[in-house]
Amino acid sequence: MRRYVFGRLGQVILTLLIYVTLVYFLMQAMPGDITMMYLSNPKIPQAAREELRKQLGLDQSLFMQYFSYMKNFFRGELGVSFSQYPKPVWDILMEKLPRTFVLFLTANVLSFYIGFVLGKVIAWRRGRAIDYAATVVGITFWTAFYPLLALVVIWLFAYNLKWLPLNQFIDPRLWSTAPFTANQVFGNMVSGAAIVAIGIFLISYYLLRGLKPSRRSRVYAWSLAAALVAAVLVIAARKGMLIYIWDITRHMILPVLTLTLINFAGTMLLMRDSMLETVQEDYVLAARAKGLPDHVVRDRYAARTALLPTVTSLVLSLASSMSGGMVTETMFSWPGLGQTLFTAALSNDYPLATGALAFTGIFLLIAHFIADILYAVLDPRITYTGQSDV
Amino acid sequence: MNELVPTHETGSASLAEPLWKIRWKLIRRGIAQNWEIFKESRIGMLGIILIIAFGIFGAMWPIMINTVWDPMVYDPVVGFDPMTMHPSPPSATHLFGTDPIGRDILAQLMYSTGREFLLGVLSAVITVVIGTAVGTAAAYYGGFIDTFFMRIADIILLFPFIPLLVVIGSMVRLSFLPFAVIMGVLGGFGGITIILKAQALSVSVRPYIDAARIAGGSDFHIIVSHIIPNVLPLSFLYMMFSVTSAILSEATLSFFGVLNIDMSWGMMIHTADVAGYLFDFAKYWWLWAPAGLAITLFCAAFYMVGRGLDEVVNPRLRKR
Repeated sequence: MRRYVFGRLGQVILTLLIYVTLVYFLMQAMPGDITMMYLSNPKIPQAAREELRKQLGLDQSLFMQYFSYMKNFFRGELGVSFSQYPKPVWDILMEKLPRTFVLFLTANVLSFYIGFVLGKVIAWRRGRAIDYAATVVGITFWTAFYPLLALVVIWLFAYNLKWLPLNQFIDPRLWSTAPFTANQVFGNMVSGAAIVAIGIFLISYYLLRGLKPSRRSRVYAWSLAAALVAAVLVIAARKGMLIYIWDITRHMILPVLTLTLINFAGTMLLMRDSMLETVQEDYVLAARAKGLPDHVVRDRYAARTALLPTVTSLVLSLASSMSGGMVTETMFSWPGLGQTLFTAALSNDYPLATGALAFTGIFLLIAHFIADILYAVLDPRITYTGQSDV
Repeated sequence: MNELVPTHETGSASLAEPLWKIRWKLIRRGIAQNWEIFKESRIGMLGIILIIAFGIFGAMWPIMINTVWDPMVYDPVVGFDPMTMHPSPPSATHLFGTDPIGRDILAQLMYSTGREFLLGVLSAVITVVIGTAVGTAAAYYGGFIDTFFMRIADIILLFPFIPLLVVIGSMVRLSFLPFAVIMGVLGGFGGITIILKAQALSVSVRPYIDAARIAGGSDFHIIVSHIIPNVLPLSFLYMMFSVTSAILSEATLSFFGVLNIDMSWGMMIHTADVAGYLFDFAKYWWLWAPAGLAITLFCAAFYMVGRGLDEVVNPRLRKR
C-alpha cells in the first residue's frame, strides 16, 4: 500500500510538471506580451518598451524564459498581477483558494451523496413512474445551461422570496468590525464540519449496525449526534465566531444548491446503471432467499458493490465539476479561484490568469490523488505494485 | 455485446448474390434488431422525438426566410423592425418578441438550431474518430503507444475545459469552426480514449482475432475490419454524450462573450445580459427563456438518446 501511494505521488508530480509546462507554453503562444499593454501610451516610446523587455528578460530565448519560470514557480513566485498592480499573484491565489475549496468540497460531497441515495432507490424501482421522473428531471438538470440555472436560482430565492443574500460570500457591513479574517473563520468551519461528520459516522457505525437497531440504541444515537453538534456550536459561540459562520453559511447556500443541482444527476444515473447490474448477481438473490428485509438487501448487499464504478466516475468528473464551479462562482460573485481566473482572463492579466489556471490544475490533481487512494482502499481487487506489504 | 453494425465476413466469392448485397442485408437486419431494443427505452424514444422536433424546427429556417419573412426585418444578425419599441414582448408579428436591438427572437432561434446541430455533430464526430482510432491502436499495439496516449488522456482529464477555453478565448476570439475542432480534439484524446481502449482490449483477445492473424491478415486489416466494428457501438454511444458537452460549452462561452460567433443560443442570452435586461428577470422573460430552454432540451435530447443506446449496447441494463 505504501509503495502504491508513493508510486502515485511520483506520477502526480510528473503530471504536475507537464501540466505547468503546457499552461506556460499556452500562455506564451497567445499574442502579445506585457510591453503591448503600453502600445497606446505616447509617454512610453519604442525604445523604452525595448528596455522594459530587456529588464523583464523577454528578449531571452523561449527556453531560458521557461527555465526561469519553472524555477520561480516552485519557489512560489508567480509574478505580480497587472490588474491589482503591486499585489503578488501568490498572495491573491492563497487568499482565494480556501473559498473555492469549501464550495467545491461541500457541493461535491452533497451531490455525490444525493446521487448515490437516489440512484439506488430508482434502480430498485426500475420501470416505475419514479424511475422515469427522476431520470428525466436529472437529465434536465445535468444538461441545464449553468449560467441561466444560477440566474433562476438567484431570482427565485434571493430576489423574489428574499430568503437569502443575492451574491458575494460575506456581508461587508457585518465584517468591517470583525476580529477575524474570513479565511480564519473558513478554517474553523471546515474543521468543525469534519469533526461532526466523523463523529456522526462513528455513532451510526457503532450504534445502528444490526438488521433492526433497537429503539434504545436509536435514541442513544440521535441524542449523541445532537450533543456533538451542540458542543461544536457552543465552542464556536464561545469564540465569538457563530455570527460570522452563520453569515458565510447563508451566502454559501445558493451556490452550493446550484452546483448540487447541476452535478447530482451524473452520480445518480451511474449509480442506477451500476445497481441494475449488481441486483442480478447471485449473492443478492441469496440474501433475498435468506429472508433479509428489502432495504437491507438493497443498502448492504447491492449498493455497496455498485458504489465502486460510481467512485471511478467521480474521479473522472472532478474536472468538469470544477468547470461548473467556475461558472457558478462567476454568477454568484463568489470570490474564489474560478472568478479570479475569469476576471484575469478578460482583463488580459497574464500572470494572474496563468497562476490561477495552474492552481486550478494543482487543486484538481490533489483531488484526483485523494480519490485514487480512496478507491484503492475501497476496492480489494486493485493490485498494488508492491504485493508483499499489503 | 450486441452489435449495431455487424459485418460478418462471408469468405467465399462464388455466391449467387454479390457480396455487397449480403453485407447490406446483414447491416439492415442488425439495425432493425437494435431498433427493436431501442424502442423499449422510453427515455431514448423521448430523446429521438425531441431531436426530430428540433430538426424540423431548424429546417423551417430557410423556408421561412425565403417565403414568409422579410430578410430586412427578420435577419437573425442584422435585421431590425422599425415599427415597434425594442425589446418588444411577443406579438402577432414577432411570435417570441424581439431582442434589445430589434431582432426577431424566433428567427434567431431557428437560424441557430441548424448551426448547433452542425457544431455538436462536427465536434462529436471528430471526438469519436480520434477516440476510436487512438483507443483501438493503444489496445492492439500496447507498449509505448498505449502508455503515451493513456498519459495524454490523464492530463486532458485534468484540464478544466471551460476555464481553459475562457483563457484561450479571451485572447484569441475563437470562431465557429476552430471552436468545434478544439472541442472535438480535446474530447477525442480525453476520457473517451480510456473507455474505448478498455472495450478494444476485451475484443482483441477473442479467438477470431487470432484466427484472422493466422489467416495472414495485416495489423491494419485486423484493426479496421475486426476490432473497430466491435467498438463502434460504444463509440456511437459516447458520440451522443460528446454532442451534449460541446453544445453546453459553446453556450457557456458564448454567454460570457469570449467566442467570435455572430449568433447562437448562448449569444442570445449574452445579448440580453450585456444590455442589462437579465436584472429584470421575470419581466423580460422572452429574452432568455426560449434560448435557455432550447439549449437545455437540445442537450437533454442527445443525452437521452445516449441513455437509450446504452441499453442496446449493454444487455445487462435491459428489462428482465
